[in-house]
Amino acid sequence: MRQSLHPLLPLLRGERAVFAAMSAAQWDLCVRQARASGLLARLLVRLRADGLLEQVPERPRQHLDAAQVLAHRHMEQIRWEIGRVHEALLNAGIPAVLLKGAAYLMADLAAAQGRVFSDIDILVPRGALADSERALRLRGWMGLDADPYDQRYYRQWMHELPPLRHVLRLTVIDVHHTILPPTARLKPDPRKLLDDALPLHGYEDMYLPCPADMVLHSATHLFHEGQFGHGLRDLVDLDDLTRHFAAQDTAFWPGLLERARQMDLCGPLFYGLRYAQRFLDTPVPAGLSEALRDAGPGRIMLPLMDALFDRGLAPHHRSCDDLASPVARWMLYVRAHYLRMPMRLLLPHLARKAWKRRFASEQEA
Amino acid sequence: MIVSDLAPAEIACTLRRGQLMIEIGPFVYRMRSSLPALAERIGSQYADFPLRPAEEFADFHVRVDPPNLLRRWVHANVAFELDGVVPFKPLPRAHAFALLESGLNWCVAQHAHTFLVIHAAVVEKNGCAMLMPAPPGSGKSTLCAGLVNRGWRLLSDELALIAPADGLVAPCPRPVSLKNESIDVMRRFATDATILHTADDTIKGTVAHMKPPADSVQRAAQRVPPAWIMFPRYASGEPSTLRPFGKGRALMSLATNSFNYNITGASGFHTLCAVVERCECLEFVYGDLADALRVFDRLASGTLEPDDILAAS
Repeated sequence: MRQSLHPLLPLLRGERAVFAAMSAAQWDLCVRQARASGLLARLLVRLRADGLLEQVPERPRQHLDAAQVLAHRHMEQIRWEIGRVHEALLNAGIPAVLLKGAAYLMADLAAAQGRVFSDIDILVPRGALADSERALRLRGWMGLDADPYDQRYYRQWMHELPPLRHVLRLTVIDVHHTILPPTARLKPDPRKLLDDALPLHGYEDMYLPCPADMVLHSATHLFHEGQFGHGLRDLVDLDDLTRHFAAQDTAFWPGLLERARQMDLCGPLFYGLRYAQRFLDTPVPAGLSEALRDAGPGRIMLPLMDALFDRGLAPHHRSCDDLASPVARWMLYVRAHYLRMPMRLLLPHLARKAWKRRFASEQEA
Repeated sequence: MIVSDLAPAEIACTLRRGQLMIEIGPFVYRMRSSLPALAERIGSQYADFPLRPAEEFADFHVRVDPPNLLRRWVHANVAFELDGVVPFKPLPRAHAFALLESGLNWCVAQHAHTFLVIHAAVVEKNGCAMLMPAPPGSGKSTLCAGLVNRGWRLLSDELALIAPADGLVAPCPRPVSLKNESIDVMRRFATDATILHTADDTIKGTVAHMKPPADSVQRAAQRVPPAWIMFPRYASGEPSTLRPFGKGRALMSLATNSFNYNITGASGFHTLCAVVERCECLEFVYGDLADALRVFDRLASGTLEPDDILAAS
């Protein structure tokens, strides 16, 4: 695979031979790729777990340590913000499930260590959406995007409210009512996620998705995203989550397949595990990959999808780009939208977006 | 090997290829630019700085170039870039050096979280460092430039880097930026200093940069403990006056002037407390540079009389 030319992935995989042979120039590239992917602190956590951290040369080590300082701050801040979100929703009598990074953090999972958090994702019952928005607004979280088209687009077609940002602390909350937009081709039922969620100790009426749902949501989110700025980070999440849950529970893998079928999420799981394996050597039972094969693309499409995702999920750093990278990213962007909405909605939306972008850039100039 | 070992044409060529590796205090910057005028200024202002081989590790990969082909000729603009990230809006090409300087500061302020980074000038005499945190317009840079032309060592005119482990200040000497009237003041005051006019009509007015003394650059690896925190304020016509400055206020002021106090958490707080604890905190009003420097020298040599420091205002 082309990424093997670069040092970041082998180090994330804990390849000792690569580590031992790293030159100063390779460390240079590795730090830059890790920074561009938001994985500097994550790399530190992995190197420490592999017992290699003390052997990292002084200069790159400074960057890992600096990223760790920032990651600690993020973790503290997100933990505190979750407390505030909890207060707001508990007062309004709304149960909420934490998703993604917020869930990994509160479940004390390795996936939260050194992770860069961009926002807090929560899921509430659809019927409680308006009340949640009101409760959060009272505590200072306001709609971020004033553009009326975007507001309408989110509220009419999306699986979440427009992002809410706190007026003073600038933290951003995404309030979801389901896993995928209602217009998406796959129809996972959010009630199943809510029903099987596990109570979060010390936070009344706040929940974490069950392990299988955490993995499924992570994969679904990643493979329905149009932009892959955090793609590699999300893949590392998947790697951490599956390794951890599989080590804890021998029934994890069969349970995951069963759950993917119930939730109509075999496709995203296929992609998630395929690329986690490809990039990070995530151990996946052969039988599971076999069982998921039908949910993936056909035999002709698969090499094309590999070519696209190898580029889309690589660190967003110029050292990882080739001539096809911009085209690959664009195709993945269109693909994600295609998965999220039917053509009759998608085409006008993309046209509108393109027009707006052009108009905005002209205004700037 | 130092920058001035290279011929001007070699500097321009290395810079164009993106292989100019300059060591500045604890950091190695890899610089790239196609602008010959910028190469010339780097060659002049950074003449005494150590060069590193291109195959070594660089902390920051920076570039100053036109943002696109069109901007090379039409409304010639240049942008600062750190490895694909463009933090500021492009500026006119004539401001390239000033843009590079703010970019180099930005790199440290955004990334160097193994230090507590404070927006302050730092100078040293007799092994003791003085921190001068102050808002723009307070005369901090003028004072700093004056001191380093009279035997004080320059650690930085913008960034105080404090190591949490031992509380020492890590030098990061770079050209001292001077604004508006202070440019002519410094030209008259230090006739042998190399002062380059670097930008007109910026939001800060006219900007010039003064080359850091060679001795400060050569001693950039020597870290020193801070002994004074000085809050200077220029007031035309006023006599030099020193007053004690409350330690609590000093702590709060350093915290608000820090780029990463909010990020470093408990470690940043303890580092700051230790610094304020060990430092004499003073407020200084001055109207005449030469007189101000006499006061600083007496402070550094310990010959200041107790009644030279007025009661707190």
